[in-house]
Amino acid sequence: MGLRHTPAMLEVRQLSLAVPSPRGPLPAVSDVSFTLQPGRVLGLVGESGCGKTLTAQAILRLGEHQGIVRTGGAVLLDGDDVFAMDELPLRRMRGGRVAMVFQEPMTALNPVFSIGSQMTEVIRLHLKLDKAAARARAVQLLQDVGLQDAEELLSRYPDELSGGMRQRVLIAMAMGADPDYIIADEPTTALDVSVQKRIIRLLRHLQKKRNLGMLLVTHDFGMVAELADDVAVMYAGEIVESGSVSQLFDRPAHPYTRALMGCRPGVSEPGEPLPVIAGNVPNPGAWAEGCRFAPRCRWAVDACRQKIPLDAWQDKGHLARCVCVAAVGRDEVVA
Amino acid sequence: MSLLTAKNLRKVFGRTGFWGKAAGKVMPAVDDVSLELGEGETLAIVGESGSGKSTTARLIMRLIEPDAGSVEMMGEDFTALSGKTLRRMRRHIQMVFQDPFASLNPRMRIAETVGEGLRVHQPELSAAQRRERAAAMLARCGLDEQVLDRYPHQFSGGQRQRIGIARALVVQPKVLVLDEPVSALDVSVQAQILNLLRELQGEFGLSYLFISHDLAVIRHIADRVAVMFAGRIVEHGQAADLFAAPRHPYTASLLEARPIAHPSERNGGSAPNVRDREGVAPEGCAFRLRCAHAREDCATLDARVAAVGDQREYACLHPLKS
Repeated sequence: MGLRHTPAMLEVRQLSLAVPSPRGPLPAVSDVSFTLQPGRVLGLVGESGCGKTLTAQAILRLGEHQGIVRTGGAVLLDGDDVFAMDELPLRRMRGGRVAMVFQEPMTALNPVFSIGSQMTEVIRLHLKLDKAAARARAVQLLQDVGLQDAEELLSRYPDELSGGMRQRVLIAMAMGADPDYIIADEPTTALDVSVQKRIIRLLRHLQKKRNLGMLLVTHDFGMVAELADDVAVMYAGEIVESGSVSQLFDRPAHPYTRALMGCRPGVSEPGEPLPVIAGNVPNPGAWAEGCRFAPRCRWAVDACRQKIPLDAWQDKGHLARCVCVAAVGRDEVVA
Repeated sequence: MSLLTAKNLRKVFGRTGFWGKAAGKVMPAVDDVSLELGEGETLAIVGESGSGKSTTARLIMRLIEPDAGSVEMMGEDFTALSGKTLRRMRRHIQMVFQDPFASLNPRMRIAETVGEGLRVHQPELSAAQRRERAAAMLARCGLDEQVLDRYPHQFSGGQRQRIGIARALVVQPKVLVLDEPVSALDVSVQAQILNLLRELQGEFGLSYLFISHDLAVIRHIADRVAVMFAGRIVEHGQAADLFAAPRHPYTASLLEARPIAHPSERNGGSAPNVRDREGVAPEGCAFRLRCAHAREDCATLDARVAAVGDQREYACLHPLKS
């Protein structure tokens, strides 16, 4: 055939990352694999320190200046290794084909430039448009994210806007170059609940309308329930469970997923003690051999000390890195 | 019998322009807020950022001075006290902050940090006795003796919040003002801290003034709830009643905005619409710009709700049906 097979997708393949420390690099993410496809939303969920943000940032090689290094695996955009890219194609990809929405809408915007100049800069960096056309596009994008008086907004500065408006501006900027993929890292965490809901609706609307492939990084199962088609749960640097959103919510399999879902307030009766997970999330490098959740797991047995693959348990594409569930069946292990 | 009473608290933060002149009309951060806290109960204040809930907490603590109104603590006018008597009363009301790390001195060992309140409130104690009491309270909050000689940066978020709680409780207060105490924590750690707070409340007979934006947390921990919007309490009632049947449209909008628990509760992605408005009306009902039930007479509303007793109250001319 002669033609290279290039499937339209963004693939993270067996990615491992290490973070710098005074005693040398510490492993922080191990062997993480998933794919983003146009039109689908993958929720990457876990508690702080589990490596979800490191993984998301590695897709755009954003952690490099902080000394975060890839120790294995690859990120493939339509088959091309992102880690092998030169500076120019990398810059074109960032904010071009793959855009990012961050958690802190204030720090992600430059306070000394107007909204208009920041937006047109991004647009002109990626699209061959003159100033007037870029400006018109910026107005259109601001209207698309539900901001009124878009013309007037272009001359304003970030500190003149509320948190919700800033996040809308950032989402509009992310759409600036018509990306195929969007990485949203805790996009609503810093916002009020009522604003959160509107941003969630907006993201869902844009994602569907533009057929975006989206990676949603969050600690919040509510966000996952709202937006995701597929879910991967991370614990201590690795994916411990993955499946469709209905599989995860209807029949969570891994003891960690189940414990985490169970300790949300609102799941149990008001005033009753909440179920807890004993102990703390281990620091990078201080992981247990084999199953990393085993030291905190009520079901841990000797077999948990060996290396356990993600598909140790599986059911119609629903995977869990757990030997107990694999040995006795999901329903026998009660979280 | 009410332990703590706040009456008609008001605070306006001066907004000055570059040359020191007042810039435009200023809205009070807290406007005529009244509340009562009884022994052993939890009153939650919920609202979005800018609603005045944290300012209310700070006014009650007298971390900032009110422009009007008063705070009574155990029958004494807390706002009129100064010097020694103020310090003596402060022993009875302590505060836990959202970010425990920001509220801990990075150069102080945990033993000193936790024992510091005792230096002020029980100067007769020796250093060894202070250390002993700090250790006992830390142990009660789930931290063992090894932590005493360590520094704040060596702890995780959950451990720091345990330290913050131990620091507040070591002087044996009656009231704890908790400002978003679990908002910065992961869910699994949040559950541990909420359980700890509930145990401590039972054990020491504490009263909690619990400030939060998180309705799931409030539903779990509160006896009564005061909903704040634009500096005023707009609805108050028993937690169960208020959650089951909100009367103020703002309370209802907060409840509707709660995160869903299961993907089946999803409703389709909608294009942004005009009702997605932010903003506060300067007179009348402050919420009317965002309210689906607003009518003309809402511009004339001038009502106050006091978070007092068992009464269900709402500042709305067209309340939702119960």
